[in-house]
Amino acid sequence: MYVAVKGGEAAINNAHRLLADRRRGDRSLPSVTIEQIVEQLGLAVDRVMAEASLYDRTLAALAVRQSRGDLIEAIFLLRAYRTTLPRFGTSVAVDTAGMKVERRVSATYKDLPGGQLLGPTFDYTHRLLDPSLLSDEPIEEPARKSASGEHVMRVSDILAHEGLIEADGEFPYDHEAGDLTREPLEFPMGRDLRLQALARGDEGFLLALGYSTQRGYGRNHPFVGEVRIGEVEVELEVAELGFAVSLGRIRVTECQMVNQFKGSSKAPPQFTRGYGLVFGQSERKAMSMSLVDRALRAEELGEDVTAPAQDEEFVISHSDNVQATGFVEHLKLPHYVDFQAELALVRKMRADIDKTRRDGNHNPDQEAAE
Amino acid sequence: MTELATYNFAYLDEQTKRMIRRAILKAIAIPGYQVPFASREMPMPYGWGTGGVQVTASIIGPEDVLKVIDQGADDTTNAVSIRAFFQKVANVAVTTHTKDATIIQTRHRIPEQQLEKGQVLVYQVPIPEPLRFLEPRETETRKMHALEEYGLMHVKLYEDIARHGRISTTYAYPVKVAGRYVMDPSPTPKFDNPKMHMSEALQLFGAGREKRIYAVPPYTDVVSLDFEDYPFEIQKFEQPCALCGAQGVYLDEVVLDDKGGRMFVCSDTDHCEDRREHGHVGEMLAPAKEAAE
Repeated sequence: MYVAVKGGEAAINNAHRLLADRRRGDRSLPSVTIEQIVEQLGLAVDRVMAEASLYDRTLAALAVRQSRGDLIEAIFLLRAYRTTLPRFGTSVAVDTAGMKVERRVSATYKDLPGGQLLGPTFDYTHRLLDPSLLSDEPIEEPARKSASGEHVMRVSDILAHEGLIEADGEFPYDHEAGDLTREPLEFPMGRDLRLQALARGDEGFLLALGYSTQRGYGRNHPFVGEVRIGEVEVELEVAELGFAVSLGRIRVTECQMVNQFKGSSKAPPQFTRGYGLVFGQSERKAMSMSLVDRALRAEELGEDVTAPAQDEEFVISHSDNVQATGFVEHLKLPHYVDFQAELALVRKMRADIDKTRRDGNHNPDQEAAE
Repeated sequence: MTELATYNFAYLDEQTKRMIRRAILKAIAIPGYQVPFASREMPMPYGWGTGGVQVTASIIGPEDVLKVIDQGADDTTNAVSIRAFFQKVANVAVTTHTKDATIIQTRHRIPEQQLEKGQVLVYQVPIPEPLRFLEPRETETRKMHALEEYGLMHVKLYEDIARHGRISTTYAYPVKVAGRYVMDPSPTPKFDNPKMHMSEALQLFGAGREKRIYAVPPYTDVVSLDFEDYPFEIQKFEQPCALCGAQGVYLDEVVLDDKGGRMFVCSDTDHCEDRREHGHVGEMLAPAKEAAE
């Protein structure tokens, strides 16, 4: 005898209990601490902060721990917390030229003011599994040099002296930076909102789109003008004081992509730019973002829009991994009411076909063919 | 350790609720029109009812009685989860009885029992745009709505008839609201479409991921699109509910064994239980009752 399924509530509670058990794993092993995650899984923490759009290492690490290392789940946790926070102001635009750089490389100049600085990069490591990491061997202190104080000028400023590169671009004096978490998205978007969406966009999605432009789907001839990683000051203008006060420093990765541009009816031949700025250390994300940003400027620069990466509505509607994962995974929710409707329809259509066949080859397709 | 937030009544802050209420009021003023709103990130995944939850959170008060259903049932996991969410963040009374609820949040069904004046039905909507699968671009579909350019939808329905001999849309069947906007009724089976027409209850639709709210005010014309020679018709079931014997209700098919055995039962669990309490018995329950006697 069929008994109507009851007990969804108990099932959910038990599932959560089992999840908590699996998250903790073997109790005879020490639990991983938030500090350990911040210190030793720093790039995972950075990704969570970047795509959750919330700069807080401790909370990001908590989210990584709570999500068992599922970074999109961690991003989701942190976003759902961020959305409850009050907005008390908009910071002054961050000055990346004043960055305390830890890494700075340019692919367009052999040497330049401020020099090339490799910093903590995987770039020239040989990807050989390191058996010494199976245990906890002592690690050498890094080599340090005292800051030279030399101004690490931005590559775009070097090219700007010759007028060869487009300027930073300006918004009208009274322009207030948009906030895509507070206003519904509308297309076409301003570049401020577009860059916001890209900055929180899924790293993998932007990587694939950036890659597609390199393979010819909306090619834009990129050079890495520079990538820099380091700390910048965040300042807030306080109305009562009349000057900006520092809120603290954050680590960011900035990429300025310099793109060859032959000119169009709208703009003279010059170098154009794609821009990427990401919380924490993530060159892959910053570079992908700048490739996609440049691709999305096709229309503004009078280029043909032919490839997915150039299509604003396509890119921005699908770049958010929290939205994407929610909608893809909602397919596992019950759909049996709709499925029942489809079942009935397919049965009816098949019955019709069978009846037509039985009634003596009254197949309209066949007739038409004859 | 950082202090985590304490949450406002019904989770959303009052500013956000006001923003959503403004969108709801606009939606009611323009029946069937999709109002963009600044959808918030909710503590449940997009696609799992975040739009409906935001609408409910914005209209619910301490005196309200909430019912949450998914597929017509109160005890499906996601309905349980959403109901528990509101119990936790709003501490409101909840019910499974359609007639006792002031707000009913639903996914994929409209209750069988006719809704009454003063009740609000909140739909969870995955894709609010009825034209989306004909035209993927929002910039285009908004223009089509503005110009009342719905020819494409009629062509689609016509092509169904030409190809299959009937309109093969079985759920999310497009409707025209108050003679103006073509609207997606959310993925309810077309069986439920007639219940939307001239309903005494206020019907609100929330799409969180797509950031849209729309509404059908009470006593509004809701007409399913069709042709004179191919009039709109709803699903008919050949047998009554096996548990309560109800006819003319929407049924779920339950597979009983691997030999093709199946039974059909009410999708609206509250309706089914209520009927059984009033002594109605379907064929599956009848022999058990006899045996017990």
